[in-house]
Amino acid sequence: MSVLVYTQNWDGKFKKSSFELVSYGAKVAAMLNTSLTCLTIGTVTDEELKKPGRYGASKIIRVDNSFCHMLDNQVYTDIIAQVAQKEDAKVIIISNNNEGRAVAPRLSVRLKAGMASGVSRLPLSLEPFTVYKRAYSGNAFAHLAINTDIKILTLAQNSFELIETPDNSVTETLDLAVDGSLQKTTVRETQKQAGKLLLTDAEIVVSGGRGMKSPDNWGPLVELADALGAATACSRPVSDEGWRPNEEHTGQTGKVIAPNLYIAVGISGATQHLAGVSSSKYIVAINTDKDAPIFEAAQYGIVGDAMKVLPKLVEAVKELKK
Amino acid sequence: MKVLVCISNVPDTTTKVRFVEGDTKLDTAGVQWVINPWDELSLTRALELKDDPSSGVKSVTVAHVGTAASEPTIRKALAIGADEGIRINAEPGDAWYVSCQLAEVIRKEQFDIILCGIESSDHNGSMTGGMIAEFLGIPSVSAVSSIKIENGSPVLTREIDGGREIVTVPLPFVAVVQKGIAKEPRIASMRGIMTARAKPVRVSEPVPAEALARVVVYEKPAPRAACRFVDPENPRQLIELLLNEAKVI
Repeated sequence: MSVLVYTQNWDGKFKKSSFELVSYGAKVAAMLNTSLTCLTIGTVTDEELKKPGRYGASKIIRVDNSFCHMLDNQVYTDIIAQVAQKEDAKVIIISNNNEGRAVAPRLSVRLKAGMASGVSRLPLSLEPFTVYKRAYSGNAFAHLAINTDIKILTLAQNSFELIETPDNSVTETLDLAVDGSLQKTTVRETQKQAGKLLLTDAEIVVSGGRGMKSPDNWGPLVELADALGAATACSRPVSDEGWRPNEEHTGQTGKVIAPNLYIAVGISGATQHLAGVSSSKYIVAINTDKDAPIFEAAQYGIVGDAMKVLPKLVEAVKELKK
Repeated sequence: MKVLVCISNVPDTTTKVRFVEGDTKLDTAGVQWVINPWDELSLTRALELKDDPSSGVKSVTVAHVGTAASEPTIRKALAIGADEGIRINAEPGDAWYVSCQLAEVIRKEQFDIILCGIESSDHNGSMTGGMIAEFLGIPSVSAVSSIKIENGSPVLTREIDGGREIVTVPLPFVAVVQKGIAKEPRIASMRGIMTARAKPVRVSEPVPAEALARVVVYEKPAPRAACRFVDPENPRQLIELLLNEAKVI
């Protein structure tokens, strides 16, 4: 038996979140007294392929053929299922990102494996196999018992720290027979957010709400984000008004994020907004209304006008973070 | 073209989430049940497509797994504009169980486009759409933020981590739908509410299926410490705290 982690790559590169997944997988494998295998699909250099070995993978498998260069949910499910069977994987761990959420449920049916998504801690028990997962949009967590022989978990991003280990890994390029008739998706066009720190990858996020009053006022907020190496985000009314792009919307119906630090500027903190950010390790709120619900979720707060406070914060960051 | 929208009912987002029976069940006292927000957006987009004769969409059906108690959710979808409803008469066990039931309905009635919300706001599973597609052996496209029909063929936009892709896929398929698919959920008009009463809701009995996962217990997030306020005249102190106390910058 083994534990299998599917580590997505982005144009041949892994991200920090890939290694969080590997670190998590290695711990689960240790709990089960077994070893961790990683699988990646697509073209990855030999050097990059070795990297999961530093975080506890014993074996790293690369599958690369003509079906591996764009996501087709059925093809990727088939590849992961074949590797899972070959490796006799009992626990399969996938990131809870867009690609993970596209393939994991299909894989669950294919392998008749019970699934839990948005897992944020190590399994709570092995018999029965019980995991800790997000429920009620962040208002609760469920202890979920999975009663099948094979289990599939999707791991919430930024929920597990990196753990480096001595590298004893081997790599393997696997030549799998993929049923080409499964490939039904055709990509007509790809639009990438080149060179921008992705909200879901960011450790610090600076976010603006309606209290920013006008799209013209975003300058100092972006400046603060730049000074902190942070990504920018916004609340729903702001993206609905078109003040900021849709992909910045954090909240229940937008992106759910869990950065180390979330700075909410001019955001009142409606339930729907908090549902998207409540797993942040620290929340800072800047708001003119001292009774705004955001202060109940925040550890640090400033009651004041963002337009006056933000430039001073930028100054302080530049000075203190030298 | 026949469109099926799978709908789940969930507690209204402003519900104070509390648990009963040893924290194993949601306290449903006073809970307002609504159509899951993403399912409501899916329904809205399906109706927009039907409103456009060039799309070729002829009917919009909603399907729901639930007991008679959740019938108002289906009526609401009919009032918004769906043509008919199907209720699979069962307690919605886990995602596997629900997907089995919905796949069975689709197998029998041959829908061309199946829309599912990207997650339900109660269980946050993100599973049903993908599972249905795999049960049926048909394609699925996930994180879909736009659906158009061009000359009878669907053209979808899907969000990928770090961008988006425009993709095409043959019928029948499942689209797992997220924000962006429709601007605002459509609201039932008075006329819609009146005509909904006369629209058909067919009730079918479930096929045998098991649940693969069960909730042992729920817990509430640990309460956060009270907010520490920093003098607005001296924001520098905030940066010092983040640097030296929280150690997050």
